[in-house]
Amino acid sequence: MDFSFPPAAEEFRREVQAFLAEHLTEEMIASTHDGTVHAPALHSAMAERGWLSGPVPEELGGGGRSALESVVLNEEMQLARAPIDAMAVTIVVAAILLEHANDTVKETVVPRLLDGTALGCFGYTEPESGSDVAAASTKAVRDGDEWVINGAKMWTTMAHIADYVILLTRTDPDVAKHKGLTFFLVPLDTPGIEIQPVPTMATERSNATFYDDVRLSDQWRVGEVNGGWAVMKTALKYERGIAGGQFPSPPVIDAAVDWARNHVRPDGTHPIDDPAVRERLMKALIDVEVCRGFAYHCADLANEGVMFGVEGSMTKLFASESYKRHCREFHDLMGADGLLTHEAPDAHLGGRIEENLRHSPVTAIYGGTSEINRNLVAEVHLGLPRMR
Amino acid sequence: MRTRLSDDELAVRDAFHGFFENECPSSMVRHAGEANGFDRGLWDAVAAMGAPGMALPESAGGADASLSDLAVVAEVAGAHLAPVPLIEHAVAARAIHRAGGYDDVVAELAAGSRIATLALRPPVDGIARLVPAGAVADVVVSPSGTGLSLTQTSPDGERIPNTADLPLADRDVRSASELTGDLDHQQQALNEWRAVTAVAYVGLGQRAIELGVAYAKERTQFDVLIGTFQAIQHGYADAATQLEGARLLSYRAVWAVETGQPDASRLAGMALLFASQAARFATDRSLQYHGGYGFSEEYDIQLYHRHATSWVLQLGDPSLELARLADAEFGPRQSAPQNAGMI
Repeated sequence: MDFSFPPAAEEFRREVQAFLAEHLTEEMIASTHDGTVHAPALHSAMAERGWLSGPVPEELGGGGRSALESVVLNEEMQLARAPIDAMAVTIVVAAILLEHANDTVKETVVPRLLDGTALGCFGYTEPESGSDVAAASTKAVRDGDEWVINGAKMWTTMAHIADYVILLTRTDPDVAKHKGLTFFLVPLDTPGIEIQPVPTMATERSNATFYDDVRLSDQWRVGEVNGGWAVMKTALKYERGIAGGQFPSPPVIDAAVDWARNHVRPDGTHPIDDPAVRERLMKALIDVEVCRGFAYHCADLANEGVMFGVEGSMTKLFASESYKRHCREFHDLMGADGLLTHEAPDAHLGGRIEENLRHSPVTAIYGGTSEINRNLVAEVHLGLPRMR
Repeated sequence: MRTRLSDDELAVRDAFHGFFENECPSSMVRHAGEANGFDRGLWDAVAAMGAPGMALPESAGGADASLSDLAVVAEVAGAHLAPVPLIEHAVAARAIHRAGGYDDVVAELAAGSRIATLALRPPVDGIARLVPAGAVADVVVSPSGTGLSLTQTSPDGERIPNTADLPLADRDVRSASELTGDLDHQQQALNEWRAVTAVAYVGLGQRAIELGVAYAKERTQFDVLIGTFQAIQHGYADAATQLEGARLLSYRAVWAVETGQPDASRLAGMALLFASQAARFATDRSLQYHGGYGFSEEYDIQLYHRHATSWVLQLGDPSLELARLADAEFGPRQSAPQNAGMI
């Protein structure tokens, strides 16, 4: 066991901190209130530094930063409340393409994703298939050298600003469900695509996307025909490994400490002097250190070339479930004042805790629900019987 | 950065795992529990393996192993509920060696021919209450003011009846001599105990899950194995996830304490609190999913449940440990209302 950081990673952390201090503004953070979790200026500045390609393996044409440096980048961005969703999804899409797409796509699309000029989004989930993702029914039918796609996707978040969707389709309905799937990269300006907003209980918007006789040449196919499940595994590996989500809580805890120090209760005391409040804050800080251990562990495994699976599930399960708990507890701590949204003029720190409270449920759902991750831990890590 | 065990650490783990598998069946834990919570034969065998002094320098009769190596041994000892005070002994011996001046005592401790322990709480009126291994230790290191004291008296071998039948006893330390007045030494000893005990908790918790998973794969109800029930699968998945988190935090705490990181004390306290909670959750789930048998004396899970409850309480109420961490994090608490007169 050795938890020291290599000097290069320490230096990179300082570089990221300095970058965020210079480029990340409160306006950028607040800009996500319109529902689009993306800051184009920040994204471009990061692309300029080659940081978007950083997490992509060098042998695939990426920046080849160590997995530990990628975690450091994620960690510092989340601690600073930088909008990372569109960026993280784009990086994952690029990594999938580099592993599975043909050379034309690799040479024309991937450079644009990694230099910040194009964005990607995910198209896995459908109205009738969420956790059971292999049950996708959006159809792709071959027609000469072309494919014709018909169907609908849910939760294609960022589709309204993205250039491409990585789309999971059914190409063979007559075999076991995970053996008849094929992936395509679909330019979102292709005729026949309709994007409708899906408002959520939080500030972010998502989308439903509809595909009506969308015609694509075969060059947009990603991976083998009926080989979509292998691509899906790559996608989930990168999503749970690279895409962050390990550090959602620190900004909420920071806000709670600020409230606890400054708020005056009716008896004249500050909450920070209440032993029960201090216990809650300390326990939350312990959870953050646990998340840190998980994040560094996944990075260590990736650096060693170990394909991690269940570790990613544990990381996401613990980070999202503890984040939900922290949001609830610190929302409680503020009492009625906690109810004020960012639109209320005197909301504490721009309504940060309230906004996180409403956002937090989705983190235990997207990218694999807590229940799916518990199934994986039980089956893969503990060897309990698979029941599905 | 290496979050996994090194090859050397894996070799240590495998050697001691095999040792405890062979030498420490649960019948030994039960037998020790009926006596004073200690097994002399096991201690002699552990000493023959070199474990009591492993984390002392060679010049002091030890094996020059690291605190990480000791933690690896503590993890497998914890998994077997080994009725020997390995952690307290090793931490106390290191503290005596660090302070200097007792080379002959340290040599005996390194060989395991005498047993040392660490009183985790300051004595009151010259009595250290409920000292871990107090029933069997010949040498007691106890906190004194800002430093540490040393008492060498014969134990009376009688434990005070307690939840997990641990060898707890009160010790009279009125004749103690000062070992060191250095607060850093006191904190280092306590932090080593916290961090290594946290790792032992990980071993305990993981074994509790193994026992439960094995049972769930053989116990049939409603004509199916109970391990197929998602309610049970998810309980164990949560426990396994917490324990994996505890393992990573505890290893990091051991590393931080060993290498003198500025956040060593913070991480050691956090690791102990989190690992003890995770192990208690694991034993709670495993006992529950054993059904009535889990409550019976016959099944081993009740031993794990009782030990998980006990180890951390030797240090005191976990809330006090949280308060210690909070004071360091947020500054001391203002107890009186600041603006009371204005209301």
